[in-house]
Amino acid sequence: MSSYFIVNGRVIDPASRTDGKLSVLVRGGKIEQVTPSRKAPEGAQVLDASGCVVAPGFIDMHVHLRDPGQEYKEDIESGTRAAAAGGLATVCCMPNTDPVIDCASVAEYVLEKAGRLGATGVIPIGSITRGGKGEAMSDIGDLASAGACAISDDGRSVMNSGLMRRAMEYATAFGLPVISHCEDAALAGGAVMNEGLVSTELGLQGMPAAAEELMVARDIMLAELTGARLHIAHASTMGTVELIRRAKRRGIRVTAEVTPHHLTLTDEAVSDFDPNTKVNPPLRTEADRRALIKALADGTIDAIATDHAPHNIIDKEMGFEEAAFGISGLETMLPLALALVAERKLTLKRLVEALSAAPARILGLKGKGSLKPGSDADITIFDPSAAWTVDASRFASRGKNTPFNGLRVMGRARWTIVRGRIAFAG
Amino acid sequence: MRLSTRHILSINDLTKKDVLTILATASSFKEISERPIKKVPTLRGRTVINCFFEDSTRTRLSFELAEKRLSADSSNISKSGSAMANKGETLLDTVRNIEAMRPDILVIRHSVAGAPAQAAGATRARIINAGDGMHEHPTQALLDLMTINDVKGRMKGLKVGIVGDILHSRVARSDMLLFKKMGLEVTVAGPPTLIPFGVEEAFGVRVASDVRDVLPELDVLMLLRVQRERLGEHFFPSAREYARYFGICADDLKSAKEDLAIMHPGPVNRGVEIAADVADGPRSVILGQVTCGVAVRMAVLYLLLGETHSE
Repeated sequence: MSSYFIVNGRVIDPASRTDGKLSVLVRGGKIEQVTPSRKAPEGAQVLDASGCVVAPGFIDMHVHLRDPGQEYKEDIESGTRAAAAGGLATVCCMPNTDPVIDCASVAEYVLEKAGRLGATGVIPIGSITRGGKGEAMSDIGDLASAGACAISDDGRSVMNSGLMRRAMEYATAFGLPVISHCEDAALAGGAVMNEGLVSTELGLQGMPAAAEELMVARDIMLAELTGARLHIAHASTMGTVELIRRAKRRGIRVTAEVTPHHLTLTDEAVSDFDPNTKVNPPLRTEADRRALIKALADGTIDAIATDHAPHNIIDKEMGFEEAAFGISGLETMLPLALALVAERKLTLKRLVEALSAAPARILGLKGKGSLKPGSDADITIFDPSAAWTVDASRFASRGKNTPFNGLRVMGRARWTIVRGRIAFAG
Repeated sequence: MRLSTRHILSINDLTKKDVLTILATASSFKEISERPIKKVPTLRGRTVINCFFEDSTRTRLSFELAEKRLSADSSNISKSGSAMANKGETLLDTVRNIEAMRPDILVIRHSVAGAPAQAAGATRARIINAGDGMHEHPTQALLDLMTINDVKGRMKGLKVGIVGDILHSRVARSDMLLFKKMGLEVTVAGPPTLIPFGVEEAFGVRVASDVRDVLPELDVLMLLRVQRERLGEHFFPSAREYARYFGICADDLKSAKEDLAIMHPGPVNRGVEIAADVADGPRSVILGQVTCGVAVRMAVLYLLLGETHSE
């Protein structure tokens, strides 16, 4: 296995409180040393990271790889190549595949295929309920044994509060956090965007913020009742932020993530009916967006996750109401997040933390999220000032569905190193 | 004469001058429909395709007659009879196929809001939105305004009440935009469940909890059709209760101005949103709206092809 000596970069590792012009030595797939020395040890290949940030390999705790079942949209190979190109060393894939990851054999399939073809690390998330139907618990113990890092019925809430309570209680025995997609199905109805002035103008059915906040409130109460670790997926409203803030103050074990698109766009983006702006939860108002940025900066929201949702063109060219929800987000994550740093709304250190140490901590991923010696040699080396134009046709992902196509952005990965192997070099 | 826009996707596409041009042109075309031979050669050789991906009888017939009276060659795609619309093609695939046949105008009716706007990006043809989901129905609003202007002899300053399911109504959205643009004052009313979020701010209209409170000051009262399927969606308890509290009957009109004009985009649910004696009474201009519909559609077809019609 190759050895690398990464020099001339700014090493930022929030987990070990490191920030400085240091060198990183990688050997045997592990971080061997972080040192002020610039002298490469014998046999190590030098990577010159001048102008770059050297960070713990980024972890995206919320992606859809569509494999098994919808490989025409994405598969583990294309999805992880997209992840590597976006600067991610590890992705956690949601279980709403076909079949659903609700038992050990499907989780094992994902891990086996990822081991064979994955450019990055892949860790499956198991479903809370069998088939993701919200009716009966999945084999949560088996999923944990097979290597799942969390459980979630992402895409919808478990509407049965009694079942959700039992699943949360049960999951604590296996140390798994419960990732909740918060959406009261009846209140959301068949909505396709945020309920607000824009939905009124466009005549599109709107989803009120309360549809999310009701379930966030319920699940926080259930976390308090059960002592389970609750993680709120893709927080999108000001009210959600407030509920999480209050719960954290009270010592309830709740964490949360936010997507780059909710930090960047508002429901105004829907105004020309571009189906690429159709996401769930929907793009909200400017007040919500500001609240999310503030919450990310102050740690109320712990992590950034893309909710990468690749779709084929036939799923998006349907007219807004009939189009599928989701943005292909892996390859635009980094510049969108870096824009907040450029606007001084977020520090670079906090950004790196939200993409590395935070998801590793939430999911209990040992050896990940830090450059401490002995950790897995997962490293993201990115140039924050590299300017480029988003061109969806050049995405490694099969999903070309992005509202950011043509956008001039700053910041991209130079190298993504996964367990000591270069998975991407840009 | 030509319009400032290539397409009519929304009332927002039209300037005030465009609207006046359309109304003036429609007035002159209205006369053609009164002739024994209801046909002029104005759009001879031009191709119009009516893409009705959602069922409609009156709007479709109105467009077809408008096209025929201007001598355009027109073809129709319907939801039920169209392989294009039914066999898994995307909307844009369908439009690209139609584009390859070089039409001049596509008239698009679709159950999905924004479908005509998306189609506009995939064709060189002009597009007329003939109703898209809950979004807009601009030619309906234009014919409503023409009817009002014909009946009242003016537009500016008139007070219009729109009553019923504002939330799901594309007609209401286009009417609100157009009436505000042309200086009419609009009040909307209906069950609170059917009044969209922030409609006052979004459209600059007033909301009345009971239209009867503002009825004495109104010059025009537009009643919207109540869809029976809303019953199952918890918007109101029953058709009977809707009729009792939100429907308009002859008694309600006792406080109204003598010359209040009653309008309805149709089809009418007699006994629900409007009592039969009101729908068919002396104040009703509902059939006048239908007549104006053909004239307005002739006008927009003609004006959209603008200077190119004599190429």
